[in-house]
Amino acid sequence: MERDDIIEYSLDAHHSEEHGKQIRRKIWMVTAFLAAVTAVEVFLGAYWRNIFPVETHAAAWQWVKWGFIVLTLVKATYIVMTFMHLGDERRSIRSVILLPYGLFIMYLIFIAIWESNYVNRMLELFQ
Amino acid sequence: MSGEASKSIPNDVLWGGGRSPFSVSYGKMMMWFFLVSDALTFSALLVGYGFARHSMPPGGSWPMGESVFRALPFLHGDYPLIYVAFMTAVLIFSSVTMVLAVEAGHRMYKQGVIKWLFLTVIGGAIFVGSQVWEWGHFIHGSGGSITMMDGSKYWVHNDEHDTENPTEAAGFHLVKAEGDRYLYGTEEVEGNEAKAIFAERVAYTHGASPMWSSEGTIENEYGQPQYANFFFFITGFHGFHVFSGVIINFIILIMVARGVFHRRGHYEMVEKAGLYWHFVDLVWVFVFTFFYLV
Repeated sequence: MERDDIIEYSLDAHHSEEHGKQIRRKIWMVTAFLAAVTAVEVFLGAYWRNIFPVETHAAAWQWVKWGFIVLTLVKATYIVMTFMHLGDERRSIRSVILLPYGLFIMYLIFIAIWESNYVNRMLELFQ
Repeated sequence: MSGEASKSIPNDVLWGGGRSPFSVSYGKMMMWFFLVSDALTFSALLVGYGFARHSMPPGGSWPMGESVFRALPFLHGDYPLIYVAFMTAVLIFSSVTMVLAVEAGHRMYKQGVIKWLFLTVIGGAIFVGSQVWEWGHFIHGSGGSITMMDGSKYWVHNDEHDTENPTEAAGFHLVKAEGDRYLYGTEEVEGNEAKAIFAERVAYTHGASPMWSSEGTIENEYGQPQYANFFFFITGFHGFHVFSGVIINFIILIMVARGVFHRRGHYEMVEKAGLYWHFVDLVWVFVFTFFYLV
């Protein structure tokens, strides 16, 4: 079925053999990076209790935990920007996808932390 | 003071001019919108998990991932997080093969697309199969805990993760529980002394099914039953996404092999399926962090 009312943006996505080589190189670099970050995360997750002395566990866990969250966001950025090619799209579509989602989720996280703090305090009071 | 409506805007900057300001095709844009809505669902589930966990009073019994997920198939002993690391690696590499399939499609290289897409399907199938085993082991349990007459609690350990006859299994020992958090405690009891304590138990809690504890609360091997509820819901919802992704990729693979996209002149369908597949990987990155690591 041929339709002539649609511009085939997908045809612009073609690239040459030469350009493909560059893209593949980038893909493998990102892969190596993601694998390395995951290896570090697993190692820390499994053995952080043995790495840090017992008396510093409470403080060390805070660092390890926030380290995990930051590394996760870094991984997510690479997946979205490189693997999902959002970095190659126009800024308008990037904003349409990321901004509403980001704003809503930040609000949701804020409200959940606020409320769960309250529930936490109440449970402690009336336990 | 004229409004936007009365302003004359050249037709070629509007969609009426035949081009979208986003410069992507309709199908790709809709796939992105679907992914945003799906991302909101997953975010809500993970935030709900965080809410439940953070609401627990300090010193609560919410378990830590490295204590719960420490088994490997066909092997005895404890290997914290190794199995889930394997699953993560499989999913990341199937994401890589997918992006390579998309790249081959941009060069109109049909054999390349078939090769990489086939590997992607295999990777996804391995992931789903791994999750089946993990669920099975989670339901079965790794050792559990016994409660004594005086209300004290011991964690049951053995190398075979046997919950039917734990005293008969190799490496059987008990650890006196400090607080309610899964596996926390340092004082070990071994040998016949441990067997004697086990024989005098009033309750043996093991596996993911909730049981009544001696204090009249409901708990399972891992502590709060909510933990298992969230585990099944979130990894199940994600696993269903992986499963449907494998099916979609398989259908696209057949279409590629039959030359449908080659005749169409572009492989954008592979790219759209790829977006979904990368999204599944993206969600797993967050599930992995918030369920297994943090």
